[in-house]
Amino acid sequence: MNVIDYIGMEQMRKDIPPFKAGDTLRVHVKITEGDKQRIQVFQGVCIKRRNNGVGSSFTVRKVSNGIGVERVFALHAPTVEKIEVMTVGRVRRAKLYYLRNLQGKAARIREKRQN
Amino acid sequence: MIQGILGKKLGMTQVFSADGSRIPVTIVEAGPCTIVQKKTEATDGYNALQLGFMTKKSHRTNKPMMGHFKTAGQGAFSCLREVAADNIDDYAVGDQITCDILLKEGDIVDITGTSKGKGFQGVIKRWGFSGGRASHGSKFHRAPGAIGMSAWPAKVFKGKKMPGQLGNERVTLQNLEIVEVRPEQNLVLIKGAIPGPNQSVVLIRKGAKVKK
Repeated sequence: MNVIDYIGMEQMRKDIPPFKAGDTLRVHVKITEGDKQRIQVFQGVCIKRRNNGVGSSFTVRKVSNGIGVERVFALHAPTVEKIEVMTVGRVRRAKLYYLRNLQGKAARIREKRQN
Repeated sequence: MIQGILGKKLGMTQVFSADGSRIPVTIVEAGPCTIVQKKTEATDGYNALQLGFMTKKSHRTNKPMMGHFKTAGQGAFSCLREVAADNIDDYAVGDQITCDILLKEGDIVDITGTSKGKGFQGVIKRWGFSGGRASHGSKFHRAPGAIGMSAWPAKVFKGKKMPGQLGNERVTLQNLEIVEVRPEQNLVLIKGAIPGPNQSVVLIRKGAKVKK
């Protein structure tokens, strides 16, 4: 393995659950305020996932008080304490940018049937 | 103390800092370099160490060069560079210089390399000229435009920015930070980009502008 990939591998985390765009996630983020640290939970739909080794990232969208909020996380960042997959969505796109133009009932995502 | 070391640029990746932010890093395989020749005040008029880097097959090296490498006794090298050193008497010909002797995490360094060659380029790419508009009947697109005045001075001034060779020249970047040093693999992680393509030889020197 070449050195570049190896250094990337060292930074990568092994505890990430499998998830895709369309899944509803709860992302636990460490937030440092001064010398205190607390954990904030950001829950929403994963609208995109970018797979690029250690540079992988994913975007979570939620609607908070009627305002759409999107947050991009580095998948392997040490500040992401935990990722929980709440529901697995059934979608036909890899990038769900169309959700930005939809509201309310239309913006729902069907849950994937478990067999 | 020796002031620099030779390295090979391997490529770029990223590492995470403690607070979770990404740091872009360039990975350089720095050393081990062998001291091939000592230049002293008495013999050459200045103090320097000639470092050899990257081994070369002896049958690909000509006889005069093999004679030059003979005293060091470490085989032939494809890359030779001189590096300044303060106390030259502490070093002997044939000594190995590794990255941990010179560099540690948090150090500020200057990197010298040969930039990627872009060939013969026009003024827009080479000097950042604006160029003309593309449409609406314009006949002035990427040309440099006027290059001087009239009867006075009746010449084009020296140093006028014109088309020509871009890149493939010696470039030094100053004040780059060392993010990590791995002596067992001879690797140095430097914050940000450095000149040249991957696999090219770069010279890592201690930062000239660091306040002592």
